[in-house]
Amino acid sequence: MELAVNIVLLSLLVTTAAALVLVRGLLASIMLTSIYGLLSASFFVIMDAVDVAFTEAAVGAGVSPLLLLLSVAVIGRHEARNAGARPLFAVLLVGITGALLIVGTLDMPAFGRADAPAHLHVAPRYLLLSGEETGIPNVVTSVLASYRAYDTLGEVIVIFTAGVAVILILASGTHRGSARPHSAPVDTKDPHTILQVVSKTMIPFMLLFAFYVQFHGDYGPGGGFQAGVIFASGIILYGLLYGLPAICRVIRPPVVELCSALGVLVYGVTGILSMLQGRPFLDYSVLADDPIRAQQIGIMVIELGVGITVASVLIVIYYAFANQFETNGN
Amino acid sequence: MTLQLTVITLLVVMLIALWRACIGPNVFDRVLAANLFGTKTVLLIAAISYLHGSPDFLDIALVYALINYISVVGVLRITELRNEHAPGDRRG
Amino acid sequence: MMLDWVSGVLLLVGSFLLLTGALGFLRFADFYARIHACGVTETLATSCILLGLLIQSDSAVPQFKLLLILLFVLLSSPTSSHALAKAAWNAGVRPRDNRGKQPLPLPPGEH
Repeated sequence: MELAVNIVLLSLLVTTAAALVLVRGLLASIMLTSIYGLLSASFFVIMDAVDVAFTEAAVGAGVSPLLLLLSVAVIGRHEARNAGARPLFAVLLVGITGALLIVGTLDMPAFGRADAPAHLHVAPRYLLLSGEETGIPNVVTSVLASYRAYDTLGEVIVIFTAGVAVILILASGTHRGSARPHSAPVDTKDPHTILQVVSKTMIPFMLLFAFYVQFHGDYGPGGGFQAGVIFASGIILYGLLYGLPAICRVIRPPVVELCSALGVLVYGVTGILSMLQGRPFLDYSVLADDPIRAQQIGIMVIELGVGITVASVLIVIYYAFANQFETNGN
Repeated sequence: MTLQLTVITLLVVMLIALWRACIGPNVFDRVLAANLFGTKTVLLIAAISYLHGSPDFLDIALVYALINYISVVGVLRITELRNEHAPGDRRG
Repeated sequence: MMLDWVSGVLLLVGSFLLLTGALGFLRFADFYARIHACGVTETLATSCILLGLLIQSDSAVPQFKLLLILLFVLLSSPTSSHALAKAAWNAGVRPRDNRGKQPLPLPPGEH
């Protein structure tokens, strides 16, 4: 049964990818991208990779189509006709890259083989000992936030950098200082009463669920990344329906900008605290007397940092885009 | 047994939605297809979590159920903005 | 035993409704007919399938989560159909007849 479902899902995935290349309208491509995200998430669920599926659900199918829609709102929805001006060269390049990738996979061990390198190096140790060493049932969380905390710090800094880049590009010129509420509220002729009422009932649940995902990440799927995305989605939904000035009154742009840096700071300071006590960077054992308790505190604090950064960067990006198209409209 | 049948039905419905998303004809059909796909994914993940017997998966279905509808609201806002920009443009 | 039957019947009814909705979505010629086909069947089909699953589980946490999912789908699915129909209308999509050729007459005051 599982094999059959896998085959069907993967063929749907290939079909979606092909359709994605063939359609011309940008909105159509965005919708296919969202379908692609949904399919990969179902596929990850069947592969038992619950945390990855969670991220794909929140990012690939939820927020990234939304950000793409916002950018289409700024640039217009039709692909330029001369987008593939040198198709032969492009086909050649893609063909060579694809061939190299396929050649590369020939060396890979068969899927699920017990003696594959991925199962021999550190993975057995993580699987066997992470429960004892960190006291956290979800192995993904303990690997991500404790054993591999350096890598995660790198990821958080990448996200922060992306936010800074968007502010620098979109908020330059007259609108310096990122999105400020210059524009008029959503047109009052057509106030979307139904959507506003329904969204108002749903947004509190979304924010609450974000907190659940944030703090339940030790026990179930989830963690800072997913929680941040869900939190930001709730805020963005409010902004879409009530307009940029309304959401800027709730969460002021300078505060979000500050928070996006604050998350990285929280993460980094946790690492430096252990250095001050003469231990390696991001060694949590200094945070409490009991080593397991220390691990749990450390993981909770850095997950919080991740969550704050991800949520604020997404909100900052939304503000920058919304500022663009709402001021263009007036 | 009925659970397996439900999963198969869901996959067939997803195939149909994907087909509609590919052929269009207008952009709202594709949005509708993506939306349909989203709710079917919620159901598929819920059904699979029962086939597997691992209720952790329900969290993912819950995320979808919550944020599936944001992109539809995004599409609505964008069509409005386009109307403000170019009131003459009345093609779907 | 009895509950298994109820759950099976609910799942079957839900699957049947899903198929009818998808068939309408595939075959109808007009956009508003298509949104009607899947919007109407979706809520009942989702309720049936989720309730069928709910009956099968015996612990409280998954049942609670399924109820939450049901609540959110019941809230968001009709609303997104509404939003989409509104977006299509704003963008100038108008109802057409069964073959998708002739535009249908509109009520007075609309254009």
